[in-house]
Amino acid sequence: MATGYRLSLWVIDMFAYLIRRLFFVVFVVWGVTFATFFISQVVPADPALAALGDNAREDQIKEFRERNGLDKPAYVQYAVYMNKLLHGDLGQSLRTSRPVIDDLREFFPATIELSLAAFFVALLIGVPFGVIAALNQNRPPDVIVRILALLGGATPVFFLGILLLQVFHAQLGWFPGPGRLDPYALTPPRVTGFMTIDTLLAHDPRTFWDSLYHLVLPAVVLGSASAALLARMTRGAMLEVLSQDYIRTARAKGASNSAVILHHAAKNAALPVLTVLGGLLGGLLSGAVLTETIFSWPGIGRYVTTSASSLDFPAVMGVTLLAGLVYATINLAVDLLYAYIDPRIKYG
Amino acid sequence: MASLPTAGPSTRSASRMVRRFRRNFSAMLGLTLFVLLILLAVLGPLFTVDPLAQELVNKLKPPSAQHWLGTDQLGRDVWSRVVHGAAISLRVGFLVVALSALVGVVVGLLAGSLGGAVDNLLMRFTDIFFAFPSLILAMAIAAALGPNLNNTILAVAAVSWPVYARLVRAQALALREREFVEAAKALGSRTLRVLWRHILPNSLTPVLVQASFDMGGAILTAAGLSFVGFGAQPPTPEWGAMVSEARNYIDVAFWASVSPAVAIILTVLAFNLLGDALRDVLDPRGRD
Repeated sequence: MATGYRLSLWVIDMFAYLIRRLFFVVFVVWGVTFATFFISQVVPADPALAALGDNAREDQIKEFRERNGLDKPAYVQYAVYMNKLLHGDLGQSLRTSRPVIDDLREFFPATIELSLAAFFVALLIGVPFGVIAALNQNRPPDVIVRILALLGGATPVFFLGILLLQVFHAQLGWFPGPGRLDPYALTPPRVTGFMTIDTLLAHDPRTFWDSLYHLVLPAVVLGSASAALLARMTRGAMLEVLSQDYIRTARAKGASNSAVILHHAAKNAALPVLTVLGGLLGGLLSGAVLTETIFSWPGIGRYVTTSASSLDFPAVMGVTLLAGLVYATINLAVDLLYAYIDPRIKYG
Repeated sequence: MASLPTAGPSTRSASRMVRRFRRNFSAMLGLTLFVLLILLAVLGPLFTVDPLAQELVNKLKPPSAQHWLGTDQLGRDVWSRVVHGAAISLRVGFLVVALSALVGVVVGLLAGSLGGAVDNLLMRFTDIFFAFPSLILAMAIAAALGPNLNNTILAVAAVSWPVYARLVRAQALALREREFVEAAKALGSRTLRVLWRHILPNSLTPVLVQASFDMGGAILTAAGLSFVGFGAQPPTPEWGAMVSEARNYIDVAFWASVSPAVAIILTVLAFNLLGDALRDVLDPRGRD
C-alpha cells in the first residue's frame, strides 16, 4: 500500500517535472527565434543584394523585398514569421527558393548519421582509453592516453580533416575521399535519408559497405575532440571511484579484479561521465559545420554555412531553431537518464 | 570602521602554491609555451619580412635558409605569416575572454546576490545561450555583422559569456551565506560594497581557471570561423584563414598549411595546460 502510494507520488513528480522542462524547451526555442530575428534586423548587410548580386536593378530589388516581405516593418515581419512558425512553416529560403522545412528534411539526416557515427567513435575510443589510463595511473599507458587527450583537445577539427584525408585517402588510399558514396555507385531510393539504412532497404550490400566506408574518416574527425574529452572524464571518474571505501571492501572480500572494475567501479564512474554526454552531442553539431565542409558532406552544417554567407536568414533561423530543439531534447533525455540511474536524484 | 578581511577560505601561502606549480611538469610546459608565444608575438616580427609580400616566382618553395618555413601558393613567406598570426590569435583570444568574462561576471554577480525575480530572469536568459551549438550562432552573428576579425571577436564573445555567468552566480550564492559576508552586511555595508569588496574577489578563482581554458577555445573557434570564411579575410595572416587558403596545395607544399595548424595546436595546448595547472593550484576541489 505504502509502496503504491509512493510510486504514484513519484509518477506525479516526474510528470510535473517533464511538463516544466517541456515548457522550458518551448521558451528556449522562442528565445532562439527572437535572438536570430534580432540579429537579422540589425545587420548592415542587405539580403536582397546578397541574393540578386550587386548589379541588380532597383525594380528587381523592390520586387524581391516585396515577395519576401522584407519591405514591412520589423515587428510585422516577426509577427508573420511567428504565426507561420506556429503552423509549422519555417518560411522560404532566399537562396534555394524552397521552403526551409524541405531543405532541412533533405539535409538533416546526413548530419544525424554523421553525428551518431562520430558519437559512436568517441565512446569506442574515449571510454576504454580512459579506463585503461585510470587502471595504470602514472604509468606509460596513462601518460600516452593523457598526451593523446591533450592533443585531441587542441587540434582544430578542420586541420585533422585535411590531414586524415591527405594521409589516408590521397597518399595511402585506404579510405575513400569526400562525399557519402562512390561517384559511380548507384544512389539508393531515398527513404530515411540515412545512406546506410537506405542502401540496406534497397537490398544493395555493396553500396551499403561503400556508404559505411565513406563514414569512417569524417566520423573519426568529428568524434576525436569528444573522444579526448570523454577519455579525460572517464579517467577522472574512475580514479575517484577506485579510491572509495566500497572498492576496498570488495577487494578485501576477495572479488576478482575484473569483477571489481565491471560491477563496482564502472557503474559508479558512469554517472559523472553521463553528464557530459549531452553537451558532447551538442558539440558534435558545432563540429559538423567544419567536418561537413571538408568532406563535402551534404548535411545541415554545410547548408547553414552557405546560407549564412548569402545572408539567407530564413534558412539560418531554420537551422538554429532545429539545433536548439535537438540540443534541448538531448539535454532533457540525459537528465532523465541521469535521474533513472542515480536514485538519489529527485525530479525537481 | 575597521575593514573586514577579504581573504576567503584559503590560508595556503602563496609560496606553497608557486612550489606546487613548479613541481608540475605539464604546468611548466604550458607556461614555457605561453612565454614563447608572447615572445614570438612581440619580438618575432623583428625577424620576419612583410607577411603580405608576394613573390610568385618563388611560390610553394620548401623550407630553406631564406624561407624558414617555406613559401605558400602566392610565394609569401610562411614563417613571417605564422609569426604575425601569433599576435592576431592572441588578441582574438584575449579580447573574447575579456569581453565575455566582463559580461558574464556582471550578470552572474547580479543574479547571485540579488536573487528572486532578477536571478530568475537573468539565468533563463543565460539558458537560452546554452541551448544551441555555439559555432552555428557565432556564424550567424559573424555573417550578419559582416565577415571581419573584429566581428568574429564579438560573435565568439556573444556565445562565450554564459559560462562565466553560471560560475559567478554559483560562487555568489555560496558566498552569500558565509560568515564574513554576513558580518559585512551586519556592520552596515551597502550591497554594492559587499559585492565589490567581498563577493567579487572571492569569485575570481574559478573565473581565472575558466578564462585560461576559454583562451584556447576562443582561438579554436575563431580559427574555425576564419576557415569557413566568416572571420579574418585573405590576405590577413590569420592561422585558420592560412590553413584554408593553403589546403589545396597540401600534396605539393604541406608546410604552408601544416605550419599555421601546428601554431594553433601549440597555442591551444599552452592555454589548456595552464588552465589545468591553475585549477590544480587554486581550486583544491577540482584536482584529480
